Amino acid sequence: MVLKVFFPSCCSSADSGILIGRWLSEQNSAVILAVVHFPFIPVQVKQYLGEVQRVTKVNVSVLGSWSNSKQEKEESLSEFLEDLGTIFCHEPWIQISKEGDSKFWSCSTLRKHSKNPQEEEIILVYYDQRKVMLSHLHPPLDTAGQRAEDASKLSAIFDTVARSQVLFMTDRYDEGPIKLTHWQSDGVEASIIVELMKQASVPACMLLTFLLSLLSGVCRSRVLKFWPLSFLWSKLSTCEQLGHRLQHLQVISSNKKAQNQNQLMRKADIFVSLLIDVALGILLMSWLYRKNRIGHLADTLIPVADHVAEELQDLLQWLMGAPAGLKMNRALDQVLGRFFLYHIHLWISYIHLLSPFIEMILWYVGLSACLGLTVALCILSDIIALLTFHIYCFYVYGARLYCLKIYGLSSLWRLFRGKKWNVLRQRVDSCSYDLDQLFIGTLLFTILLFLLPTTALYYLVFTLLRLLVVIVQGLIHLLVDLIDSLPLYSLILRLCRSYRLAAGVKFRVLEQQDGKPLRLLMQINPLSYGGVVQTYRLPTYSCYPKDSWASLCKKLFLGELIYPWKHKGEKQN
Amino acid sequence: MAEERRFRSASGAPIALRRRQHSASCRELAVRGPRLQLRSLSAATSAVWLAAYGLFALCENSMVLSAAIFITLIGLIIYLHFVKIDQESLLVIGSLGIQVTSSYASGKESTTFIEMGQVKDVVINEAIHMQKVIYYLCILLRDSEDPQGVSEVVPLFQSSKPRLDCLIEVYKSCQEILEQRKTAPQSS
Repeated sequence: MVLKVFFPSCCSSADSGILIGRWLSEQNSAVILAVVHFPFIPVQVKQYLGEVQRVTKVNVSVLGSWSNSKQEKEESLSEFLEDLGTIFCHEPWIQISKEGDSKFWSCSTLRKHSKNPQEEEIILVYYDQRKVMLSHLHPPLDTAGQRAEDASKLSAIFDTVARSQVLFMTDRYDEGPIKLTHWQSDGVEASIIVELMKQASVPACMLLTFLLSLLSGVCRSRVLKFWPLSFLWSKLSTCEQLGHRLQHLQVISSNKKAQNQNQLMRKADIFVSLLIDVALGILLMSWLYRKNRIGHLADTLIPVADHVAEELQDLLQWLMGAPAGLKMNRALDQVLGRFFLYHIHLWISYIHLLSPFIEMILWYVGLSACLGLTVALCILSDIIALLTFHIYCFYVYGARLYCLKIYGLSSLWRLFRGKKWNVLRQRVDSCSYDLDQLFIGTLLFTILLFLLPTTALYYLVFTLLRLLVVIVQGLIHLLVDLIDSLPLYSLILRLCRSYRLAAGVKFRVLEQQDGKPLRLLMQINPLSYGGVVQTYRLPTYSCYPKDSWASLCKKLFLGELIYPWKHKGEKQN
Repeated sequence: MAEERRFRSASGAPIALRRRQHSASCRELAVRGPRLQLRSLSAATSAVWLAAYGLFALCENSMVLSAAIFITLIGLIIYLHFVKIDQESLLVIGSLGIQVTSSYASGKESTTFIEMGQVKDVVINEAIHMQKVIYYLCILLRDSEDPQGVSEVVPLFQSSKPRLDCLIEVYKSCQEILEQRKTAPQSS
């Protein structure tokens, strides 16, 4: 079978020595982790490897010998290296030798207990040790749990290198009996800024946790749980968004270290998302308050509300006449029209009552944009909902009226045909009515039928207006959802350090020479941007429409009230 | 050693198959499609610019012309980077796996590596596409639950769509290497 040797590219120029690493017998491959240089005492090497094995739980052992001769091949050295095979008995004993600056190395194996003495083919795969150590392999999304164990042979290699980090902690300036060469042997690097931030983060987290516990205690107090207030909180989307962000802050400031890669990435994503959100919010706030734009906004708010009310009045006058050439029932038309006109009149007076305070309220509400752009967008959506409250009321009136009419019509239609709805059996049964019942029933049916176009028209107009407002609110919430759930840190990591998020590997065939082993370069294949977003999406309180198109149309036809952007109480992944 | 042969694709365009044997258990098969023609590029650009000039003559707004230039540039970049595939190659390394690479006209390469343990077989399949029956080469992936079953089918050479004669050559090369893993002694 083919023997695969995974050789770190940083050890290509190392001095002669012995190779240590892990032997994966089921795949017939050897993962080389480092080169131990002469002089060494075999007992000390074995001791060191035993310690490393205990700490990392990786089966590290001596796999073979490495000779890097600058001049011609030395016969004595090669015999010495073969003798080493007897001291560190490993089956098979791999011997790699490099002459001068040649790219093509010769590789051979010594098997003591070989049953078939044929030449086995050797594949030499170079890998970048630092990148493989830092990289995180993402298995394909539709794997079953069983497959993950036996399928990915490559994940065993990534695992080996990642878990042997303690082996890479000694560099050549350390005074020890063992001299190693690996990717960090030229000197262990660290960053002062990172260390300082790590030290500073602990007290900062504790302070934040304390403040958050105070805040959540206040929020959960009994005062705020009385009926009108709790109803208000559940209806306003701003409160939900603030609660969501509070939960995020709690996740970041918790003292527990992240267990695995996913949790670490999630914490980082939440942190960066919050930072960008607050930065954009402060930018928006500074733009609003410069040149007193918010004052101008407040000044234009009342005229806009007036204008909307005037347009609605014109619309109702149009409906009360002969809209689109249709002939309405005069009396019902006038009743409904006057009813809605009176409502608009009430609304306008209410708005005018509030007008002196609008500027102040808006000024203080605008300050809360510093909590984040998402909060500002939610406030905008709530303001739209409050300003179009009369449209919502009209829609409810129109829908209820229409609904009553439809149900009345369907029940009287059954009477017209001599049938009845059996509540016990939940089905339509035939029934014999008295003559006066039939007479009144038919009369009422005719009345309702001829009044249907008028009610239907009012219902249609107000439903369209309501749907318009719902669509605008839905778009704003979609934007808020997008900002909430986008994993910015993962995307930036994919852009700048693409080897950290690996979907797999790719091989490149290097120059070959006959008689020498096949040379391949193993590189990391980064995850696509779509894959990154799908894997690391943050959970949100999603507001996707819960009705399919068919059920939505059915509800509209029957006159049932629709709430397409219902906020779910619990979070969803 | 490398050899190149000319074939035709399913739609009649000329394609070239290049075979390279790197070692006894490693082979690379690359199918190169026709390059972007200057003719079609200039035809598309002239059509867009003529339409824009016609609109400009109608509405006297010079923004139309700059918009047309912008659209042409962006469209060309998107086409070269995301749509036009120049070469599709298959690298079969016995006992490691199969690597499928698509190189786009802008130089971007998109690679997928499938480990040998997941590969059940490489076969030529038929498919009915509109009014034609076309052949395509695909890799069958093993199912973890059912040892006889197939969990996924990965089609190859989807953009260059070679005809049956080219596919037979590629199939024979792949099978020679896949045979080796059956004859080699399996170690648990």
